[in-house]
Amino acid sequence: MKKNGFVIAVYVDNKFGVLTRVTSMFTRRGFNIDALTVGETERSEYSRITISLSGDGYAREQLINQLRKLHNVKKVDVLQDDCIKRELMLLKVKYTTETRADILAATDVYRAKVIDYTTDEMCIEVTGDPTKIDAFIKLMIPFGIIEMCRTGIVALERGNTTLFD
Amino acid sequence: MKITGAEIIIRTLIEQGVTDVFGYPGGQVINIYDAIYKHSDKINHILTAHEQGAAHAADGYSRATGKVGVCIATSGPGATNLVTGIATAMLDSIPLVAITGNVPCSLIGKDSFQEIDITGITLPITKHNYFVNKIEDLADSIREAFSIAKSGRPGPVLVDVPKDVQTALYDYEEGEIAPKIPLPLGEDEKIAEAIALVNEAKRPYIYIGGGAAGLGLGDEIVELANKIDACIGCSFMGLSAIPDGCDRFLGMQGMHGHYASSMAQNEADLIIGIGVRFSDRATGNVSKFAKRSKIIQLDPDFSEINKNVKVDCCIVGDVSHSFREIAKACEKKSNKEWIERVEELKADEAKFEKEIADSSTAQLSPKKVFDVINASKPRNTVIVTDVGQHQMWTAQYVKFDSTRRFVSSGGLGTMGFGLGAAIGARVATGDTTVLITGDGSFGMNLNELATAVSHNIPVVIVLMNNGVLGMVRQWQTLFFGGRYSNTVLGARQTDFVKLAEAFGALGYRAHNEAEFKDAFEKAIASGKTVVIDTIIDKDEFVLPMLPPGGAIDDIITKVEK
Repeated sequence: MKKNGFVIAVYVDNKFGVLTRVTSMFTRRGFNIDALTVGETERSEYSRITISLSGDGYAREQLINQLRKLHNVKKVDVLQDDCIKRELMLLKVKYTTETRADILAATDVYRAKVIDYTTDEMCIEVTGDPTKIDAFIKLMIPFGIIEMCRTGIVALERGNTTLFD
Repeated sequence: MKITGAEIIIRTLIEQGVTDVFGYPGGQVINIYDAIYKHSDKINHILTAHEQGAAHAADGYSRATGKVGVCIATSGPGATNLVTGIATAMLDSIPLVAITGNVPCSLIGKDSFQEIDITGITLPITKHNYFVNKIEDLADSIREAFSIAKSGRPGPVLVDVPKDVQTALYDYEEGEIAPKIPLPLGEDEKIAEAIALVNEAKRPYIYIGGGAAGLGLGDEIVELANKIDACIGCSFMGLSAIPDGCDRFLGMQGMHGHYASSMAQNEADLIIGIGVRFSDRATGNVSKFAKRSKIIQLDPDFSEINKNVKVDCCIVGDVSHSFREIAKACEKKSNKEWIERVEELKADEAKFEKEIADSSTAQLSPKKVFDVINASKPRNTVIVTDVGQHQMWTAQYVKFDSTRRFVSSGGLGTMGFGLGAAIGARVATGDTTVLITGDGSFGMNLNELATAVSHNIPVVIVLMNNGVLGMVRQWQTLFFGGRYSNTVLGARQTDFVKLAEAFGALGYRAHNEAEFKDAFEKAIASGKTVVIDTIIDKDEFVLPMLPPGGAIDDIITKVEK
């Protein structure tokens, strides 16, 4: 994570247009998002938005306060630093007969999976903590990354607690 | 029994206690207007000249009473014309419900005639908004809109209803008036902290904002000031909260505030902020604001705490409750030195003011205009303004006799706000309503003269006519070497007396104090809408002035002409 980075989890009404309300507030107040994911939750009436961003204590306080003011936002929390964070990446990389073995070895060490394979490129799926993903990308650069996409992180706190506790 | 969506809208408004709405018909609200026609015995619709006027009227209606103002507009341009009015209400936390029609759901997203995504457009300028695409959600969306508009920190809510939802049939059961959700009470611990700070303070300054103005705490604030030997100042939005005639009240502080009020705030060792948000116009350079002072902030909105100014003690929640707890428990004391210092500042201010008055060679100085208004306005007159120099002179000079008698666009600074808002305030209160405006602002929405005349809503309009955009000109004089780029209106040749007459209103012109006094008194007595074209000099300044982004030491009290 970036310096001063933190992760916010937000429960919002699972309704049309709510994501726009949240992201529009970020734009309006000048907050920069590093990554954002959204999806269904254990409660069908809510969606969970996970936002990673960076900022000082002032920005953090303002952001939480402004989020809490939105009518469709039901719960906001800054997650503990030790929370479980996961991200998924798909990455297409070039290979030659000389480089293939190295790429497959790296894939193996990172417990990644090759999910598509043609005569000169392969597509690899990696899951894990964002720092692991970063490291894997660094490793692949010399081979020639063709295209990649990352989901942004999803995160939960450890233990049996929920945001609603 | 099933009724149409349009009928549900109007019945829900009636159920919510609405008696007056401001609006303008159009293709996608024609069904709503049909329902208004049917229920015209219960709901009074005021047709404005432009939707912007309707939004400002609903806003003025709310500011003068605290009730939720309601406006209605059609889709597309009707809806976009509301935007400035909604933003004005948002920035000053005014409860408003705006209802717009939209094209039928089947045409949404097709760039249909007069289709616009008004919920998208108003997202950042409403507390919340609704696009109601199901008839079963209609009544409850409107009820929620009222509840959100008036609860917590108030604000505008927009409800957009496609035409097919207006014509669909659905069951309607009359509901209760939507509740104003009570604010949480301030934490006892924080209140105790605040009391300790008040007890320690030797130079306390009570600072009132818009969040306190509507609460009717004026007399209690004066009592507290007496008890702890404090002085009182206010932000622009806090004007009219303290009844006139209180010695401890120094008036507005900030960019064009009273000298003594701004200086005392700067020298205080404790600022007790009640419903204030420390806007940039109030603080100037925030890093140099009130450096010697601890700050207590009482506010209903947690997001205002530490937003603009770092405070030492914040109490979020019901402001009246927190205030009363502090006032009850703090110790009575005397701060002789502080009060002497405040008196000194007041004397300095009187000296500046006299110099300014003496230096004026004009036939009719702004100060004289306000002397007449103060002397001749009936009790409980609602004073409405537009935006510019006249607005700041109003803030400095007018003596308000009770709260909610000052209606002005503070946060957004909307020129063209005044006439619509004055119409709304007059409809809401039935009390004498005086609009103080300038030739620039008045020119923006003077079409609403037609509304005032056609609905017999008398508004006395004091048009301070200097032939220039005075406030911008003042900045051009002070900071732009006198390069008067596009601020001279002299070539317009508008005859405001004839203009008033053309609209069916009365028009007078005043060049000096005697003429103005005569015109103002006649206007008040006439019970009609009157425009008083009040000729003032183009080089009158609003003083003192803290330059934008400046600190208290940069205060300008004198300009060599």
